[in-house]
Amino acid sequence: MTGLFSEVFLSALLFGAVTAAIPLLLAGLGEQMSEKAGVLNIGIEGMMLAGAYLGFVGAFYSGSLWLGFLTGAAGGVAVALIMALLCVRIGLNQIVIGIALTLGLEGLTALLHHFQFSRSYPRLPAADATVIPLLSDIPVVGPAFFKHHLIVYLAVALVFGMGYLYRRTQLGLNLQAAGDKPAALDVAGIDVIRTRTIAVLTTGALAGLGGAFLANVGAGLFIPFITNGAGFLGIVLAMLARGRPVWVLFGALLFGVCLSLTTAMQVAGINIPTDVIQMLPFLAVMIMLVLFGRRASLPAALGIPYERGAR
Amino acid sequence: MSGSSSSSVAGRDIVALEGVTKRFPGIVANDSVDLSIRPGEVHVLLGENGAGKSTLIGMLSGLQQPDEGRILVDGKPTPITSPRHALALGIGTVFQHMMLVPTLTVAENLLLGGPWWQRPRTEELEARVAEITRSLGITVKLHAKVSELSLGEQQQVEILRAMVRNSRLLILDESTSMLTPKGIDELGALMRRLVEQGLAIVFITHKLKEAAAFGDRISVLKLGRKVGEIPPERFRALGEQAIISEIVELMFGKQKDDPEAVERPVRTVRAEAAPLLQVADLAVAPTDNAPGLSSISFDIRPGEILGIAGIDGNGQKQLAEALAGQRAATSGSVRLEGIAIEALSVGERRRRGLRYLTDDRLGEGTVGTFPVSINFFLKQVGAAPFWRHGVEQRGEIDERAAQLVREYDVRTPSLKTPVARLSGGNIQKVLLARELAEGAKVVIFNKPTYGLDLANTLASRQRIRDTAARGLAVLLISTDLEELLSMCDRVAVIANGAIVGTVENTDDARTRIGRLMIGLAA
Ligand SMILES: Nc1ncnc2c1ncn2[C@@H]1O[C@H](COP(=O)(O)OP(=O)(O)OP(=O)(O)O)[C@@H](O)[C@H]1O
Ligand SMILES: [Mg+2]
Repeated sequence: MTGLFSEVFLSALLFGAVTAAIPLLLAGLGEQMSEKAGVLNIGIEGMMLAGAYLGFVGAFYSGSLWLGFLTGAAGGVAVALIMALLCVRIGLNQIVIGIALTLGLEGLTALLHHFQFSRSYPRLPAADATVIPLLSDIPVVGPAFFKHHLIVYLAVALVFGMGYLYRRTQLGLNLQAAGDKPAALDVAGIDVIRTRTIAVLTTGALAGLGGAFLANVGAGLFIPFITNGAGFLGIVLAMLARGRPVWVLFGALLFGVCLSLTTAMQVAGINIPTDVIQMLPFLAVMIMLVLFGRRASLPAALGIPYERGAR
Repeated sequence: MSGSSSSSVAGRDIVALEGVTKRFPGIVANDSVDLSIRPGEVHVLLGENGAGKSTLIGMLSGLQQPDEGRILVDGKPTPITSPRHALALGIGTVFQHMMLVPTLTVAENLLLGGPWWQRPRTEELEARVAEITRSLGITVKLHAKVSELSLGEQQQVEILRAMVRNSRLLILDESTSMLTPKGIDELGALMRRLVEQGLAIVFITHKLKEAAAFGDRISVLKLGRKVGEIPPERFRALGEQAIISEIVELMFGKQKDDPEAVERPVRTVRAEAAPLLQVADLAVAPTDNAPGLSSISFDIRPGEILGIAGIDGNGQKQLAEALAGQRAATSGSVRLEGIAIEALSVGERRRRGLRYLTDDRLGEGTVGTFPVSINFFLKQVGAAPFWRHGVEQRGEIDERAAQLVREYDVRTPSLKTPVARLSGGNIQKVLLARELAEGAKVVIFNKPTYGLDLANTLASRQRIRDTAARGLAVLLISTDLEELLSMCDRVAVIANGAIVGTVENTDDARTRIGRLMIGLAA
């Protein structure tokens, strides 16, 4: 048991928490943008899977992680394009299409992977870390937070970028108006359909990137269904964060800790059935929903397709 | 785009409609309408509820496309393809239904529509707004959230927005419905100044006096068709009374001198009867941008109509909501037939006979996407005879709804039409019908006739009088002094969340209320 509380163990636990949190963070930020603009994006799990698969394939064949992130994001965007076309432009039911996309991508990625690699699961080399000088020398905290792949820092920086976007830019105003009163945005001369499309495609890019990170950095390989609900956790995070990107970060870290703890406890061989341990993050979701869910305020036009002049 | 650069000589149409037809499922909203809109003119558009005025505006502002006919801009046929296109053509519209984002501030709403890559230009806006508000004589809380403003204040913001944009055609769809008499006069003066600068204005109203006072040219719509026009030459030749009677004839085919003038009611309220509603020391805490209420006390006896006069935004909504149970009171008591109800829920108060007719028809009054029939019984969902064991009784609902539609003259293509599709005035009728239905003892009306055309305004007022005559107690909140004087037994004046005086409706009531409203003792 001594190992459980040693410095090394603790920093490994936190390191794992950050690694696990990044895909949730990216998914949560993406979902937040869609929801702000009034689109409930249930297809985000599918976008993450597309990102994970294409991101892995990209990195595997090119040998470049960055190229993998790029193909992953592109995969997410491709799925988001379908979503934008069907739900934003044509105005079909967002929940139905979202579920269909998720189920479809689960099957499709599993199938493609099977064709390509049959039953083998090739691994990528470990991602090389960008070590932040000085900070990384702090005991426990240093190795946990300051020895990550560059993209981790970029993802965290994105939180503040999003905050700026929502509070200080014209586009931020447009997004909020698209979700709260699309007709008002329309008569102000801004195309609601275009605004929402931009939001959904951005969601796709972020979700795809999150998926690629999950596969390439988190796991180092692709297995079917690898996202395992990360997209749905992103939806929960976006709902609880009430439009504030920083809250997505806090939430993602909290879930990250739970996920990391799950792995850590299994490694430490603590005598609890693994099924129970794996329930931990979902238990955390339910606790968070009970504590904060009631105050979650959603945009008034969330989930309602916009049609000009209809009333 | 700016008003001064209008290249069109006065007398030429800025915008013209030629044979414009617009159909909706089950209804022809506009039937081959011609209209000419000229710089230097206030063109008043009149017509009953559902006549098709807003539909016409929808096509001018790019929200909808005509099914037939065409729109000419500066003499050239120009399909107005989107609201953005309309704005680019210099057409600015204040819509009948609020077009502000409730979760954004006033300033952010005014900034909406700027190029997305730009930072919102707040300082520029503030300077511009200060300039306009000074000339308008209004104050606007730029940093308040829109959801915290009263509907009257929101309407001012919308007018301001149209001004900020420098339109050369300004369309006002029932923009005076929430303003005070003073605000309306100021708007009239402003419109005059703007047309003198060469702007064109389309002005929609239900108040014939406004039409006669502010207009240069009048067009009257009826059931989608244009049934008459009074051109400027004739307009100038006629006096106010002559214009009004001509309009009334065009609209209703009957003549009457001043249709709104009614004898002051002579009702016999039995002084000894116990009050139905007693309010004592009611107080509500203020929020950031809305006034609270302090020590509100009054009684209403059966058969009595108590009016609440005052400038919009002085706590009228808070008072109505506190009585209905939608807003928590910090202290005070409310008694219905002598029984304290201040701790009861909204539903329980309603069951005991307290009814509240909100002024926010589409927001909290109705569920827009539900059919007309269900909206009649929204507050009885689950109750017999319309629901049995949790199952909707279609037959019962439709039968009773059809009856109400007839009784209240609701113009709807069918009972199944979503209520938001109806014209503004017809939505109000659905609400009236619902709240006056069985079991009512005390009824609170908040601006019950705004947005109703003349015929329906008179009918609604009569219904409210009948309500009182049946022995109910009525609280009538209105910003329309004429309305209060024509209906109430007593009028209380509210200012800053407190009742500053109560006046018996006798001959000198008008001046005494006026004095109270501007802060003098009656
Ligand atoms: N989008 C729509 N879909 C279906 N029907 C509509 C739609 N818009 C308007 N209508 C119908 O067209 C008719 C004209 O409505 P419109 O809103 O133009 O009337 P209005 O003259 O503005 O009346 P009000 O004075 O009550 O505002 C009404 O019968 C209305 O129900
Ligand atoms: Mg209208």
